[in-house]
Amino acid sequence: MDIPADLETKINEAISHYPVSKRSAVLPVLHLLQHHFGFVSEEGVTYAAEKLGLEPINVLEVVTFYPGFRQCAPGKYHIRVCRTLSCAMSGSYELMDKLCSEAGIDRSTVTHHDPIAVSKDGKYSIEFAECLASCGFGPVCLVNDEFHEKVEPEKAKGLLNQYS
Amino acid sequence: MGDIKYLQGKQPHAREKRLIFRNIDREGWDTSIERYVKEGGYDQAKKALKMEPKAVTDEVKGSGLRGRGGAGFPTGVKWGFIPPKNTKPVYLICNADESEPGTFKDRYILHQDPHQLIEGMIISSFAVGAHLAYIYVREEFPEAAQILEKAIAEAHEKGFLGKDIQGSGFDLEIYVHRGAGAYICGEETGLIESLEGKRPYPRIKPPYFPAALGLYMSPTIVNNVETLCHVKHIIEMGGEEYAKLGTPRNTGTRILCVSGDVQKPGYYEVEVGKLTFGELLNDVCGGLLPGRKLKAVIPGGSSAKVLKADERFKIKKGDEEVEIGVEDIPMDFDTLMACGSMAGSGGVIIMDDSRSMSWVLNNINNFYAHESCGQCTPCREGSLWMKKITDRIEAGGGMPSDVDTLASVAKNIDGRTICAFGEASSWPTSSFVAKFRDELIGATDEANASKPSNKEQAAQQRYLAEEPVA
Repeated sequence: MDIPADLETKINEAISHYPVSKRSAVLPVLHLLQHHFGFVSEEGVTYAAEKLGLEPINVLEVVTFYPGFRQCAPGKYHIRVCRTLSCAMSGSYELMDKLCSEAGIDRSTVTHHDPIAVSKDGKYSIEFAECLASCGFGPVCLVNDEFHEKVEPEKAKGLLNQYS
Repeated sequence: MGDIKYLQGKQPHAREKRLIFRNIDREGWDTSIERYVKEGGYDQAKKALKMEPKAVTDEVKGSGLRGRGGAGFPTGVKWGFIPPKNTKPVYLICNADESEPGTFKDRYILHQDPHQLIEGMIISSFAVGAHLAYIYVREEFPEAAQILEKAIAEAHEKGFLGKDIQGSGFDLEIYVHRGAGAYICGEETGLIESLEGKRPYPRIKPPYFPAALGLYMSPTIVNNVETLCHVKHIIEMGGEEYAKLGTPRNTGTRILCVSGDVQKPGYYEVEVGKLTFGELLNDVCGGLLPGRKLKAVIPGGSSAKVLKADERFKIKKGDEEVEIGVEDIPMDFDTLMACGSMAGSGGVIIMDDSRSMSWVLNNINNFYAHESCGQCTPCREGSLWMKKITDRIEAGGGMPSDVDTLASVAKNIDGRTICAFGEASSWPTSSFVAKFRDELIGATDEANASKPSNKEQAAQQRYLAEEPVA
């Protein structure tokens, strides 16, 4: 696996935050890999395991448990729409539908184990997220690392236009 | 609130008492250490470092502070659970995995006032004897993690972290640890497993009380963001003075997060128990939407049992027992518990008469089915069954007996799991069924009872209907 030098530096720095047990660095190392490559690949799992002196299964079980880790590439802009009660009450399901129709995303194949749907051109991908903790100002969503509040369904197009 | 100016449209309500949120939405405020120190920032850390650690703990005990993460456990007592003859290292973990539906308070502390948290953590680490501390931030707060890392670097530079802090001889390192989108990591033993680099399966208590056997099997104190911030104010005011805020046994201030069908949803910091639910709803939040009537309220995050608008409760007031309605409930730990619910994490979700309770319950069940970690069978299977049943009711395929099935599944999860997630996932169902039984039954259809609900049943019915071969 080709790990650029600056990524390697960040990974080593992250591992140094856990002086008692290197295994604690599994999540941070996976975050760094995912941030760089877009998702965690099989090679990524092996690399992280070797780096931390673990068996690959110790890393893979973490990747498959946490919704925050992906095993396939998302779109250039990955959107996470909050699905939970307060946002749903303020229209997050409608927002999801609107975003999908505007971005040309088909969510019919989405399942619990494969929650991400990607647009045909690969520009956008979308999934529902559970409570993003801004319940008073719903519907809310995350686009990559940027957070958006009060995204009423009619603002879907405007939101997508910010990321093109 | 003195001469502090807040941003246009974000001014605190007159009923608020801003302690933790003093600097939130403030004009001219930023997250730099210079700005924080300019108004006495880190003075309390300096003061605490000159005290005896036990004296700091005693102030916190004396303040009556109760955890703001959900359980409402007295913070000083929790600190006191570290075994007295302990020789292992002690760790402090700040639980910033804010993800209880309806709760959105820690977000603002992390984004707008990170140094307040760091100062609270320095004082708390000193009190419990921790030299290594972690802030477990949920993955969905990427910006907060960056802000915290910058703040930690600044605090390092100014000598508030690292070796020999301010010449006190006390060493402390704080690191940010990002989660990866799992609600169960808010459960303290699940959080610890996650911090050890594993799946966050909660540990069984006893024996794994974190204060004795926590991170790396060493004594570990896990406190919520808001709780740790309160510690700073307790040192500033003194425990006794702090305890005068709020009401006896429910001291201090707390941040109530209001969402749902109200005019002005948002975050409001108030003295605990000084405000009734009716005052919160009608005075602070501007009441319900025009023409609407209150139907239900979830008072402390989605795990708290729902309260019905016309319910009556018998509570003790002094020596006598009085009967009160929902709007008369003071928003404190003890009264909400006496009313059969809980103050939890302070997330108040308000529903008016436009809401279908089977839709609301279905949304909540979807959350818990998604977030069950899968370690204990009753919760793993039960939360999914409850979701499937309410999914079916919502799709128009429910039968009246589904409502009782829901209640029995919920009953069989409650109390039969390693962690409190079992209760959290079953209480919504058990309380919705108990209080909105007729409405839920009304959403079902007797005729569905004889219809097959899956492919296997359909095949079975076809087989039984066929003429037997002679």
